[in-house]
Amino acid sequence: MSRLLSSRYAALMFVALVVIVPGLMLNSSFYLRVGALIFIFGFAALGLNLLMGYAGQVSLGHAGFIGIGAYATAVLPTHFGWNIFAAMAAGVAGAGLIAYIVGGPILRLKGHYLAVATLALGILISMVISNEVKYTGGPDGMAVPRLEVFGFRLRTAQHWYWISGGVLFLGIVAAQNLIESPTGRALRALHDSEVAAGTLGIDAARYKLIAFVVSAVYAAISGVCFALLNGHITPDSASFLRSVELVTMVVIGGMGSILGALVGAALLGLLEQLLAQFHEVETLILGLVMMAVMIFMRDGIVPTLQRLLFSRRAS
Amino acid sequence: MLLPRNLKALCRLWVADRFMAELLQFVISGLTVGAVYALVALGFTLIYNATDVVNFAQGEFVMIGGMVSAFAYAAGVPLMFAAMLAIIVAIIVGLILYRFGIEPARGASSVVLIIITIGASIAMRGLAALVFDKQFHKLPAFSGEAAIRVLDASIVPQALWVLGGALVIVAALWLFLTRTLFGKAVLATAANRMAAQLVGVNTSFVMSFSFAASAAIGAIAGVLVTPITFTSYDVGTALALKGFAAAVLGGMGNPLGAVAGGLIIGLLEALGAGYVSSSYKDAIAFMVLIGVLMLMPGGLFGKAHTERV
Repeated sequence: MSRLLSSRYAALMFVALVVIVPGLMLNSSFYLRVGALIFIFGFAALGLNLLMGYAGQVSLGHAGFIGIGAYATAVLPTHFGWNIFAAMAAGVAGAGLIAYIVGGPILRLKGHYLAVATLALGILISMVISNEVKYTGGPDGMAVPRLEVFGFRLRTAQHWYWISGGVLFLGIVAAQNLIESPTGRALRALHDSEVAAGTLGIDAARYKLIAFVVSAVYAAISGVCFALLNGHITPDSASFLRSVELVTMVVIGGMGSILGALVGAALLGLLEQLLAQFHEVETLILGLVMMAVMIFMRDGIVPTLQRLLFSRRAS
Repeated sequence: MLLPRNLKALCRLWVADRFMAELLQFVISGLTVGAVYALVALGFTLIYNATDVVNFAQGEFVMIGGMVSAFAYAAGVPLMFAAMLAIIVAIIVGLILYRFGIEPARGASSVVLIIITIGASIAMRGLAALVFDKQFHKLPAFSGEAAIRVLDASIVPQALWVLGGALVIVAALWLFLTRTLFGKAVLATAANRMAAQLVGVNTSFVMSFSFAASAAIGAIAGVLVTPITFTSYDVGTALALKGFAAAVLGGMGNPLGAVAGGLIIGLLEALGAGYVSSSYKDAIAFMVLIGVLMLMPGGLFGKAHTERV
């Protein structure tokens, strides 16, 4: 128990350091923006990890929920005169509601069938976004109104670095609480064996739905932050490739590990920036790195490193 | 009195005629696209049955088929040899993928293997952009561009090549799997790898073979369809997506289901584009897909599945 607690706080301390130290040291808005993007997508990956790593269900459509959060933040104030905070809340609530409605029937599917159904869901959402040109600006995207708090305009990369870092920290606290609650234990039981969990009286459908809705809400919050940071959004934020990227972050970092999702997000985010200099070979190297990480660390980076450290300590 | 009535009947006939011609046109273009999806789905199924891997790089084989043959043809190689070259290149790439991507990760969980094939697909796309370019390329139609008219619908001859080619591949694969000893070894491996190994099937060879055969099927589809749809370095992702959807719609692991799934998705797309909205054509296919999966969670031709504990 004490080890559990210490590792829990150790993870929180680690994340706090990773947010604060670079935040104080970096002063170029470019790097701060990269950092903010990593926090934002790490946040979405964190939510997806609850679904994939704990409940054991795959989703290839989670970028759709990012899109709902992002576009609600942009469309509702611009076209319907909503207050932006109400729009943000509506986006997150809307994503959760859609996940709740669709999740019931979809989560009865298993394995590859579930993957395809979520893929289809994500594509439907992104298709609505790119086709309703009147509201969303179509493939060109649309501008997002700036956020004002007490007359103070939040617009620089620095502002959003600290905001998204804070949001990420809170997201981790919430995820840890969820995992250590009875719900979390039920989810892990489901992950290991749905049948065995069922015989213990765990309502599989209900807990899978909880994980799905929670992960959709995480994705939508990340979409809201992304829209506000960028000031301009395109349907790319909801595309199939973005969904694949999220899944990749979770799996590369390590499924079922809170830090794993962040490490995965950081790796992909930094790699993207690093490779941007070698424009010609960018995609080639990205693909090869993905393959290499998965071949040599099939449990993901964080669990593999943890195991290496533990075995060294033991010997 | 007589004339208007006749006129009305004539009009009705004409409208019915137009409707039939239009419908036929949509069905033909749907089956043509569907045949390509079917071949991609067939490749998915072949690899999935032999190795349990969902190969998201399957669409890249279609891209390789199209790009290599288009470049070879543009460099002066006769069409026939350009096509063969493309198929050989795809087979080599497929074998490399198996040997260096899949085999070292044997026994990893299915989602890890999926990420590996997605990585492979991204790498192949990057390599294609590097080796070739980012432009669209085409091949000449195999037997002329002049459209054939059937019942007021016009069919490009290349569409017949695509449909015929798909038919030949499916028939050849079926004969191979059911009538040859090695084909039966492939089926045995698909049914139970351990048992197949115990009766002396070289399962490792069967697995490499499944990658080579899938690559060849994908490349042939790419060669056949490039005169109609053109090709570029990034056509693979969309095809892999539709092929995967088709394979699952038909019931994962069932080759004939994969073919049926591909044709159904192609038809839905064409009819949706024709009668509903061309910008939502994919949406219709995917909505039907979700609907079918809700009613039949194992796909159209899937077997009932029980979980062993």
